[in-house]
Amino acid sequence: MASIEVRRDACVGCGACVPACPFGVISMEDGLAVIGEACTLCGACESACPYGAIIIRTGEAGGGDLSEYSGVMVLAEQRNNEVDHSTLELLGEASRLAEVSGEKVSVLLMTARPGNWPERLISHGADIVYVAAVPELERYRTEPFSRIAERVIREKKPAVVLAAATTTGRDLMPRIAKYLETGLTADCTELAIDDETGVLLQTRPAFGGNILATIVCSDTRPQMATVRPKVMKALEPDSSRKGVVEEIGILPGDLESRTEILEWLPLEEGEVDISEAEVIVSGGRGLKSPENFALLRELAGLLGGSVGASRAAVDAGWIEYPHQVGQTGKTVQPRIYLACGISGAVQHRVGMQSSDRILALNKDENAPIFEFCDHGYVGDLFEVLPLVIKEIRRRLG
Amino acid sequence: MRFVVVVKQVPDTAEVRIDEEKGTLIREGVPSILNPFDEYAIEEALRWRDELGGSVIVVTMGPPQAEAVLREAVAMGADEAILLSDRAFAGADTLATSNTLARAVSRIGDVDVVITGKQAIDGDTAQTGPSIAASLDWPQVTFVGKVRQLGDGVMVAERYVEDGCEVIRASLPVVITLLKDANTPRLPSLRGKMKARKMEIPVWGIDDLGLEPGKVGLDGSPTRVVKVATPEASSGGEIHRGEPGELAALIVDRLLGGEVE
Amino acid sequence: MNYFLSEELRDIKELCAEIAEKYIIPARAELDEENRFPSEIMKVMADSDLCGIYIPEAYGGSAEMFGGGSLALCVATEELSRACGGVAVSFAANALGAMPILISGSEDQKKKYLPLLASGSRMAAFALTEPEAGSDAGGVKTRAVRDGDHYVINGTKQWITNGGEAQIYTVIAQTDPSRGARGLSAFIMEEGTEGFSYGKKENKMGIRASATRELIFEDCRVPVENLIAREGFGFIVAMKTLNRSRPGVAAQAVGIAQGALDEAAGYASQRVQFGRRIDSFQGIQFMLADMATQIEAARALVYSVARMIDAGEKKYEKESAMAKVFASDVAMRVTTDAVQILGGYGYMKEYPVEKMMRDAKITQIYEGTNQIQRAVIASALIKETAGGKR
Ligand SMILES: Cc1cc2nc3c(=O)[nH]c(=O)nc-3n(C[C@H](O)[C@H](O)[C@H](O)COP(=O)(O)OP(=O)(O)OC[C@H]3O[C@@H](n4cnc5c(N)ncnc54)[C@H](O)[C@@H]3O)c2cc1C
Ligand SMILES: Cc1cc2nc3c(=O)[nH]c(=O)nc-3n(C[C@H](O)[C@H](O)[C@H](O)COP(=O)(O)OP(=O)(O)OC[C@H]3O[C@@H](n4cnc5c(N)ncnc54)[C@H](O)[C@@H]3O)c2cc1C
Ligand SMILES: Cc1cc2nc3c(=O)[nH]c(=O)nc-3n(C[C@H](O)[C@H](O)[C@H](O)COP(=O)(O)OP(=O)(O)OC[C@H]3O[C@@H](n4cnc5c(N)ncnc54)[C@H](O)[C@@H]3O)c2cc1C
Repeated sequence: MASIEVRRDACVGCGACVPACPFGVISMEDGLAVIGEACTLCGACESACPYGAIIIRTGEAGGGDLSEYSGVMVLAEQRNNEVDHSTLELLGEASRLAEVSGEKVSVLLMTARPGNWPERLISHGADIVYVAAVPELERYRTEPFSRIAERVIREKKPAVVLAAATTTGRDLMPRIAKYLETGLTADCTELAIDDETGVLLQTRPAFGGNILATIVCSDTRPQMATVRPKVMKALEPDSSRKGVVEEIGILPGDLESRTEILEWLPLEEGEVDISEAEVIVSGGRGLKSPENFALLRELAGLLGGSVGASRAAVDAGWIEYPHQVGQTGKTVQPRIYLACGISGAVQHRVGMQSSDRILALNKDENAPIFEFCDHGYVGDLFEVLPLVIKEIRRRLG
Repeated sequence: MRFVVVVKQVPDTAEVRIDEEKGTLIREGVPSILNPFDEYAIEEALRWRDELGGSVIVVTMGPPQAEAVLREAVAMGADEAILLSDRAFAGADTLATSNTLARAVSRIGDVDVVITGKQAIDGDTAQTGPSIAASLDWPQVTFVGKVRQLGDGVMVAERYVEDGCEVIRASLPVVITLLKDANTPRLPSLRGKMKARKMEIPVWGIDDLGLEPGKVGLDGSPTRVVKVATPEASSGGEIHRGEPGELAALIVDRLLGGEVE
Repeated sequence: MNYFLSEELRDIKELCAEIAEKYIIPARAELDEENRFPSEIMKVMADSDLCGIYIPEAYGGSAEMFGGGSLALCVATEELSRACGGVAVSFAANALGAMPILISGSEDQKKKYLPLLASGSRMAAFALTEPEAGSDAGGVKTRAVRDGDHYVINGTKQWITNGGEAQIYTVIAQTDPSRGARGLSAFIMEEGTEGFSYGKKENKMGIRASATRELIFEDCRVPVENLIAREGFGFIVAMKTLNRSRPGVAAQAVGIAQGALDEAAGYASQRVQFGRRIDSFQGIQFMLADMATQIEAARALVYSVARMIDAGEKKYEKESAMAKVFASDVAMRVTTDAVQILGGYGYMKEYPVEKMMRDAKITQIYEGTNQIQRAVIASALIKETAGGKR
């Protein structure tokens, strides 16, 4: 059974482990660290201790020959037989990772009609494209997709398997990881190969974005991760790149499913409610007119976010009240809050101060919002915003 | 209809603050709460039980004090509660967690629907539900925004994805992970609170579940957390000046870069 | 201050705080603005089993669990009032309406009506006041005339809290005008009884979430079994009812005051003037200190009186009046000071303290004005002095 121990000879009572514990279960007693009952053996203290005094012991683990595994495999995501941009981002990241070890990048495309996507995936960095194409794979369903992917992974033995942290990737990957009895790291924002051990260092936000945890899967293969979309960068497509396309046969039983999609209801036009939004682009009196809110709508649309506003903008009738953030509007908590032409009055601040990241664009460098934002940009929004939109379009292809 | 709702005790991450000088988490006085998503999971089970009859059993895996979240569920109206607690369970990643929870579901027996929250606000992985389904070899429907129909061996539910909603029919038994859109959780009732305070909650350990040590806890977990860092302290804004083009590029880095600093 | 509330009482407090946070606070400004009754919130309270906390188990309630019910009702009312005095009184007025049945009703009446109130499936109201009979409750003109196995009732009641929302009314009417206050009797009246209708809903200064209406009786026939106690006992029933319910008004006042203090202290820690948080100014600090002290004194008095009632003391008219006078005067002072601490913002409807100030005012007026309470206290004092008890 796994256990945690504080080495009395090595612990100097420096207390470095106390704040490192995400669960707050370590206390100092008589100059020694004491680990409380609620310890989850997460390992944060072990790596925080400057004296190597905290040791977590694990029992038997792993087994199997890890060296049989090599390369990075990306599970492509497609909708209506069109590959999602997140897959291209993953191929870009996979190429960077594979470069380190000189291994191959492969991608598994499960679809009804591959079209010219196998070639395009190669141009985006794949060395091998595995294609499983039958009409029943038109739309993602858990069981057929996980069954086929599991078989391909068992056969091809990639060292790393990546999928996007979308509703599809997050449905599919845990299922496969369980079949393969291997580890899966969720929603990564950074991947790297450890120089010494060659294992994949998978970094992800947890605790509502309050911490960044780096996770490894040392003893089982493949090392699996879902990766947050729009974080990694796709490669510029290069049509001169060479690669192989291999067809994957479908076995009887592969397509059996105990779930069935009865109906598909596309999202109604209109945006996410600001109190639920992950990204909010907000405008204030600095926007000058209702027409200019179109800029913000466009930007929010690109980011899958929503438009917010200060009371000044709402009172001026440029945008409706449900968009108001603040004391008398909504309290919001997005991952990113971009305030454009908003001065940052306290009544506005109380509604948005718990956002993970506050970005502010304002032409007055003495605007109060610069005192509490994370990143301030001193500039004219009419000059900067159109360029922001252009740049995003360029990067997302 | 027999429901199992698996629930997790988590630190209230909304109360977690960053020590801006040291760049560490301040958890002093951060309360432990029922994972907010799990309230919706409990409510969904209670609603269907109230309509169809049957029972709702809540299960958590955690240290002894995690019992508190089970009592909360009972105060809301859950019929039974089981605590899975054993030193051997500590350090579980989602694979080991779901091995343990899936075995509990099997031991409870005759379960028609397992409901989990969409994700836990601390680990944030959303992996436990699908992994339980795989362990049990049951179908799964994740990101459920609405359960439309339940009974006669089938469930029809709406699964919310990025660009719309899939209406899915699944055969029972099934595992679902539930979004907050599904319902409005009820408050506990006074009688429920009193029942919850007095209820004896059975504790199942590794032997009760008949699991091998290598399948649970840290030993059964292929993943390990090797480092925990605090993202760049968010105080005292960094102010950027420059040409509009430069500023735009910097802003886009932030907008697309998510939490990566 | 630690009042060593039992676990069960703490359950009530927690539950009401949760209801306040999830349902009342998000809605209170709108309910106030629109003069709208909080039906949905009343349903939540019923679902949470809060409606029976002052009713004995024999009639579907749970009063015994809390050691009697008076303190339970105070704790609930206080916690709800912290968020909104209007919602709180809509809840508490049920107990006022039920009190005549609880104190003086027959076994049959209790069995018939109290379980409906305990479950929250019905609401109640108490109707004493008339256009000509306010502080002078003995001046009730509504007439009840016996006709076989019915009473025929004619007259108008005014400013009845929960009027139009409740289904069960306890009404004080005159059965023998020649005997004045001694000619009054109490009746149970159900919504839908022929000849019973509602007048207009009042447009009030505060507690605007609560419904205040006229009740109109035109040849309204009430069966004799709905007479509470006996003919001529109406005034006594009314006085006993009010004595018992006044700690509830006092608890409402404590809650409103606490809510205002919370707002003021929170605001003072955020607002910066002259480069400093305003709670660093001694002028503000002393105001906050006085507010907190007055509230604690009021709460201690209210809880003591409620505990005394729960413990079975029969004479508590004076103490109950004291609690009401003291707490309501505190509420008025504290809410006014809270507006002051918020300055101009406090005067704006965007912040909740101006509403708290408007809500606080009613606690000095209803269930007997503070002048009447002082008269009650004084007359008790005089009696005690005369009786050599001092
Ligand atoms: C009781 C009460 C409640 C309130 N509730 C709310 C509330 O809920 N929400 C809320 O937001 N406010 C609220 N307010 C109002 C609040 O006090 C401020 O007045 C309001 O937030 C100001 O809005 P603003 O920042 O858009 O406008 P301003 O303060 O006028 O700021 C406009 C900013 O735009 C910048 N700007 C102008 N042109 C450009 C340009 N071309 N490029 C870049 N920057 C430019 C300026 O430098 C300035 O900083 C409330 C006020 C009261 C009294
Ligand atoms: C900083 C950090 C990062 C982590 N990252 C990973 C990772 O990338 N991969 C990984 O495999 N593990 C990871 N873990 C471990 C993981 O948190 C635990 O395995 C945990 O028990 C379940 O995962 P979760 O918290 O993400 O829950 P989720 O899978 O997000 O929870 C979904 C639902 O599952 C149910 N559930 C979850 N846990 C329990 C429980 N203990 N008892 C009952 N029901 C439960 C609840 O209904 C919950 O709503 C991490 C832990 C920490 C502290
Ligand atoms: C919002 C609201 C809700 C109410 N709900 C109910 C209800 O549910 N049921 C019900 O029966 N009634 C209810 N009432 C009526 C309430 O109890 C009376 O308003 C109250 O008793 C005072 O009567 P009055 O308004 O007629 O004032 P009056 O009696 O006319 O008094 C006017 C003033 O003279 C003073 N005064 C009167 N007599 C004396 C005296 N002897 N010595 C010194 N000063 C004196 C009073 O203190 C007051 O300041 C409600 C009233 C309001 C405003």
